[in-house]
Amino acid sequence: MDSAIEMRGITKHFGSVTANKSVDFVVKSREIHCLLGENGAGKTTLMKILFGLYQQDEGEILIKGKLAAIASPKDALSRGMGMVHQHFMLVNRMTALENIILGKETGRFLVDYKKARKELGALAKRYRFKIDLDCPVADLSVGEKQRVEIIKTLYRGADILILDEPTAVLTPGEVDELFLTLQELKNQNKTIIFITHKLKETMDIADRITVLRNGEKVAEREKEATNRRELALLMVGREVSFDVKKSAQKPGAKVIEVEGLKLFPHSDKTISFSIAEGEIFGIAGVEGNGQLELEEMMMGMRPIPSDGGSIKLNGVDISQISTKKRKLSGMGYIPSDRHKRAMLHGFSLEENMLLGYHFVQPFVKHGQIQKKSLSKHTAEAVMRYKISTPDTSQLIKYLSGGNQQKLIVSREISRDPVFVLAAQPTRGLDVGAIEFVYELLMELRSEKKAILLISAELSEIMQLSDRIGVLYEGEFMDVKASENFSRGEIGLLMAGSGSEEKANE
Amino acid sequence: MNSKVKNRALSVSLITEDIIISLFSIVLALLVGAIIVFFLGNSPVEAYGALLSGAFGSVRSIAGTLTKTVPLIFTGLAVAIAFRCGLFNIGAEGQLYVGSIAGVIVGLSLPFLPAVILLPLSILSGMSVGFLWGGIPGFLKARFQTHEVIVTVMLNYVAIFLTSYLVNYPFKSDGMVAQTDMLPLAAQLPKLVQKTQLSAGLFIAIAAVFFVYWFLWKTSWGYEIRAVGENPSAAEAGGIGRKKNTFLAMALSGSIASLAGITHVHGIYGRFIEGYSPGFGFTGIAVAVLGRNHPFGVVLSAILFGALDAGALRMDRTTEISSDLVIVIQGLVILFVAAPGIIRSISTRLRGGK
Repeated sequence: MDSAIEMRGITKHFGSVTANKSVDFVVKSREIHCLLGENGAGKTTLMKILFGLYQQDEGEILIKGKLAAIASPKDALSRGMGMVHQHFMLVNRMTALENIILGKETGRFLVDYKKARKELGALAKRYRFKIDLDCPVADLSVGEKQRVEIIKTLYRGADILILDEPTAVLTPGEVDELFLTLQELKNQNKTIIFITHKLKETMDIADRITVLRNGEKVAEREKEATNRRELALLMVGREVSFDVKKSAQKPGAKVIEVEGLKLFPHSDKTISFSIAEGEIFGIAGVEGNGQLELEEMMMGMRPIPSDGGSIKLNGVDISQISTKKRKLSGMGYIPSDRHKRAMLHGFSLEENMLLGYHFVQPFVKHGQIQKKSLSKHTAEAVMRYKISTPDTSQLIKYLSGGNQQKLIVSREISRDPVFVLAAQPTRGLDVGAIEFVYELLMELRSEKKAILLISAELSEIMQLSDRIGVLYEGEFMDVKASENFSRGEIGLLMAGSGSEEKANE
Repeated sequence: MNSKVKNRALSVSLITEDIIISLFSIVLALLVGAIIVFFLGNSPVEAYGALLSGAFGSVRSIAGTLTKTVPLIFTGLAVAIAFRCGLFNIGAEGQLYVGSIAGVIVGLSLPFLPAVILLPLSILSGMSVGFLWGGIPGFLKARFQTHEVIVTVMLNYVAIFLTSYLVNYPFKSDGMVAQTDMLPLAAQLPKLVQKTQLSAGLFIAIAAVFFVYWFLWKTSWGYEIRAVGENPSAAEAGGIGRKKNTFLAMALSGSIASLAGITHVHGIYGRFIEGYSPGFGFTGIAVAVLGRNHPFGVVLSAILFGALDAGALRMDRTTEISSDLVIVIQGLVILFVAAPGIIRSISTRLRGGK
């Protein structure tokens, strides 16, 4: 097979920092090539150089065997490359069709929609895309939006597609569909570069894999010649343990008691559960079945109507008190949406450490922020949890997702809570950071804290939880000790089947 | 990649980028202004020379510059506070009118009090009215989600016509002009430099700058306001009430804005004159934008705007150039600040890179 892309000795500096160090990257024609690496390993920089968004300081790029100077995305497009960005570049109020032809409209003065429609129809048929061309993009699901982006690149004649972390925003079902599409594209002689940090996906979809670490290429592998464990080792640079050591321990007194909580206002379904000291209660389920509602009701951001059930913390009803009071009474909270709920992006690490605790000693005295004690406390957290940052006055937005999460977690457990709500605690994190979160949750468990774990990752729920409730449309399909569940059983319950048996009981 | 080093480089470059864009905008605006002067057949050197000497040439001209700077510091700070909470206060103009009329009414009603009581009392009552007036849009936003821009713009009209009514009827002094009686001396701010208009309002302005900085960055109240402005959802999850802080930020903004009027009336005219503000409240928006909504930035940009205004008179008198040039320059500065893309593309071209 000939090579579609050959990048030789690519080096890129940002100031005194080297983002790519003499990277060789070869993609053969008609293959799916995974570019694997942790956040900050230099994957995106390398691809931006290839796509003309950055210029390399050293090195050369060959496209289909010919030396190519790529000064802009326009050059890249004219050489048959197309990029699907992680954040979609679509105009929400226009239809799918209008978005696809945007910038490459048919017709001379007026847009020839007929012709465009015909061309797109043929394209969709050829690659077996299902798409409603006349639907406004705003009404499309995330998966469909991504499909529009892919068609957009194909419509511009791309035969080399670069996808930047395409699965980060998709549901498991959408991921499967995307993978089918990619296989189909490959069968039709397209070359695909797939940027990711997820090992499972890499093993599922790749033909070949290039691993980057700290800006350098550390390995190139055929998929058949490697496995998850080796890839993790290459990517992180050390042995990674996915196995959680869960010590046997007897749960203590009940800390949290949820009674008849109505997650959806227009439904009669309710959930009830309790969590004891030293116990992790896991909520399994496909997202959108009440997880977000539960999370926000637990923390007081979503009001609970008077007939909507109750939440008790150590026997005291807290369902009507403010978020502030809940936090003060010992509830730690790791939100599912880190960017929306947990971070003040333009604030320093110190000021982020203060969020939610900006009214308690010793950080604040007589209304004045105590900079010294706050800095010291933040610095301790940085040391203890190995948060990679130049100093504690750094703005949190410049940290990687893993380091941000470490700071948030350390903030939420710093006041020695009796209960911790961990919602999607590993979402978007790389392998090293996931390992950290798992270990920490286990530590909290052995410190006799009650933990509510809400996660869309089934393996995470099964590994960490003592008991599991499977949430479906606002009610539990079943609640059991985790060792009494099989993976397949939970999978079925997550999809809502099994409700008939329950009804017949 | 060494993320530590990269992060530091990034944060430093972004903080200074703010300052660079502001400075560059000023230079660029002056440059374009010079070109305009040149093509009108005048000497830019002469024009800017007159501007400069008019603004800083003597003790009196410096006093004149500072006089024009003081109200802009207050309105700039007011806009900046609201902005730090994610709110646009377009109502500083109205707030300074109602605040200053309240101060004057108190000053006129209690002439028997000694200065140590009467002056602070009038100022504080003016600020309280500014607090409440600014609090109205804050309250409406918190309670009914009405947009603060609409409400503040509307309230400007209410304030201007309300004060206009008051000085035309109940509080009108004798004579043709729509104005109140002179305040007793005990209710006036002392002059700092004789034969100029510069009053002790300057000290209040300096105090306000440090207060706002201290309040926003060193207290938990200010932290809450900034947290809501930065990310209201995260603030909520941290137990910070959005409604309370929306009201508080707008009300505080209103009371600081009212000081622009109070110091002007109690320090310069000694009485309330109908429509005395040449748009301090609106220029305050520009001052805040150029000052990047930081108290210290506000001071610098207020001095710039004040100096341009003060120098314009001299330029108008001594050269052929109309003082309107200053308005052109002020407009250009804001244009360039508001469109940082222009600055970025020029600076990259200058560096010769891509």
